[in-house]
Amino acid sequence: MKQVVRGFYSVAYAVKLCKPNVICAYPITPQTEIVENLAAMYANGELGDAEYITAESEFGAASMLVGASAAGARVFTATCSQGLILMSEVLFNAAGMRLPIVLVNTNRALSAPLSIWNDHQDSMAMRDAGIMQVYVENNQEAHDMIPQAYKVAENRKVLLPFMICMDGYKLTHAYEPVDLLDQETVDSFLPPYEPAAYMTTRKPLAFGCYAPPHIYMEFRVAMQQAMERARDVMLEVYKEWAEVSGRDWGGHIVVDYPDSKIFVVAMGSVVGLLRKVVEELRNEGLSVGLIKIRTFRPFPIDELRKALKDAERVVALDRSVSFGYEGPVSIELKSAIYGHSSAEVYSYTVGLGGRDMPKDFLEGIIRDVVEGKEKPGFAFKGHHDFEEVVP
Amino acid sequence: MKYFGSGHGACPGCGLPIAVKTVLNALDGKVFAVNSTGCLEIISSQYGKNAWNVPYIHSLFENPAAVAAGVEAALKALKRKDEGYVVVFAGDGATADIGIGTLSGAFDRNHDILYICLDNEAYQNTGHQQSGLTPPGESTTTTPAGKVLPGKIGGKKDMISIAVAHGIPYVASSSVGYVADIRRKVKKAVKFEGAKYIQIHSPCVTGWGIDGEMSIKVARLAVETALYPLVEYEYGKLTSVRKIKERKPVEEYLKQQRRFRHLFKHPKGKEMIEMLQKFADENAEKYGLDLKKDEE
Ligand SMILES: Cc1ncc(C[n+]2csc(CCOP(=O)(O)OP(=O)(O)O)c2C)c(N)n1
Ligand code: SF4
Ligand SMILES: [Mg+2]
Repeated sequence: MKQVVRGFYSVAYAVKLCKPNVICAYPITPQTEIVENLAAMYANGELGDAEYITAESEFGAASMLVGASAAGARVFTATCSQGLILMSEVLFNAAGMRLPIVLVNTNRALSAPLSIWNDHQDSMAMRDAGIMQVYVENNQEAHDMIPQAYKVAENRKVLLPFMICMDGYKLTHAYEPVDLLDQETVDSFLPPYEPAAYMTTRKPLAFGCYAPPHIYMEFRVAMQQAMERARDVMLEVYKEWAEVSGRDWGGHIVVDYPDSKIFVVAMGSVVGLLRKVVEELRNEGLSVGLIKIRTFRPFPIDELRKALKDAERVVALDRSVSFGYEGPVSIELKSAIYGHSSAEVYSYTVGLGGRDMPKDFLEGIIRDVVEGKEKPGFAFKGHHDFEEVVP
Repeated sequence: MKYFGSGHGACPGCGLPIAVKTVLNALDGKVFAVNSTGCLEIISSQYGKNAWNVPYIHSLFENPAAVAAGVEAALKALKRKDEGYVVVFAGDGATADIGIGTLSGAFDRNHDILYICLDNEAYQNTGHQQSGLTPPGESTTTTPAGKVLPGKIGGKKDMISIAVAHGIPYVASSSVGYVADIRRKVKKAVKFEGAKYIQIHSPCVTGWGIDGEMSIKVARLAVETALYPLVEYEYGKLTSVRKIKERKPVEEYLKQQRRFRHLFKHPKGKEMIEMLQKFADENAEKYGLDLKKDEE
């Protein structure tokens, strides 16, 4: 039955149903309400035998999860922005140790200037860590992704951390009708965690060894292979989820109007609005389609090649920028379709630090490309003229 | 060795393997070992040459206290606490400098862990740079004795008091020069539920500039001069100290080691030695280290 809840609650409630053993967290806006809700559940004895630990920092929270996960626990944390990059050293480490940690990142801009508002700069900074990344469009998808994330991460063909990215405020604080899962459904889908290897005095193993040049590279190649295997494991899990829950979120990407000449590519909550814009443009007879990237790591190379094979133009909307180049989604999309599509790519970084992206703004961007008013290449859109004052 | 040994690559005379073996044996190998990046990790955990015969984890330089807290939380949640004790082995740099935040967090939450700080008084793994536990006057590669400066300026961070201030049940210092003392304190520590801290003075032959066979002697001199008092706190109260029969002047300790040798010729050397002697005198006073005639 659908209930109107806020995004953070839809996450916390799904986490509870996945029965994590250890939760460690540190508050940061706009993630805080996720861990506050979990803390309330803990205080009310609703988390079973789980341990909920209030960390002294995000760095400490992530480190505790490394220890707990290595000792055989199913674990959870949530963070964003400054918190995520404070965790970054630990997260790179956790991925190398092949620990199936699940975390939610409530995407928020990075300082400076300080901003508590939404963009994707934080999670993009983590794209080389060896962590799977999925971006959700709404709170039902965020809710549904939690059990799926555990199932993928804990699969022995994968064993890598999984980060669910949901737009801060836009989703976390939005009231939306969400069909909240029940325990039976989740139990039938997600079995208790049985680690492949864990710390036990019954069979002493060493985690986090030191690797000289003759063996280091092999471990890193193995991580890449695990990421490659994750592609198929994710699709299997997504499919199973569709059967169990009755909600099919699609594969690594979701394509609307696959026969279009022009495509808009985006991730996260903006996809909802873009769907409306594209629909209206279609109604005008324009050949515009939409690609929602769900899985950003591993990057959906084959899916994008296939979808954009005959495309003429692509508008790639980024919510972050790699300074000195362009937005990461655009960069990666171009590299994926290189040699497989002759589409011109218009890469636009939009909506940094919570900058509004109203419907007519998005429509204008697409229209300009459709009408040939733009040249392919990179640009920021939606910013004002601003003179930097150098004293 | 039963729980630690085969394959470790420590310099001959290094205090680390002595301390680690003593701790693991004292606990009959019922240990989940959590190690920070540093000499111990490098000499014992190379892929294919793992020297640990207990479950072992190394994550980062500055997070062993938090990793241990996580291990402990997992054992609790999974009802596996009877499997063994969660024991951190961390260098002085990991403990007193870069990891003090996670250490403080773990102490504050009073996780049921035993934290062993292996205090070789500098970042030895990276080639002998100063740490917060480097004593004043020591020449390290980042506080070298020069024409003007006589080595490290500033004191040795009082981690014992910092640990005590967290209100944890058990805090002690010990030394590789006295393995029976380590053994006793470890066995006692694990009887307490909550966070325990033992700081073990551990000679580094290369960093300190001593011969391997001198390690134990030098470690004992640190105690006999009162530069490294061996003390024990339970619930914040000082409960025992190792008394010194005839306290030796600090010069006897300093002159054995290359890291202090410049003090005997440097223009500011005398001043530094006096400062170190004052530090030793204060320790003797604070902890009542000197054995009085009538106590003998
Ligand atoms: C974040 C970070 N900074 C710096 C280093 C480099 N580093 C590795 S071990 C070490 C010093 C270790 O010193 P200590 O903890 O005293 O252990 P020891 O080797 O002396 O036993 C340093 C500086 C690192 N690994 N990680
Ligand atoms: S450098 Fe020092 S601490 Fe490291 S192994 Fe050698 S003696 Fe031990
Ligand atoms: Mg050291």
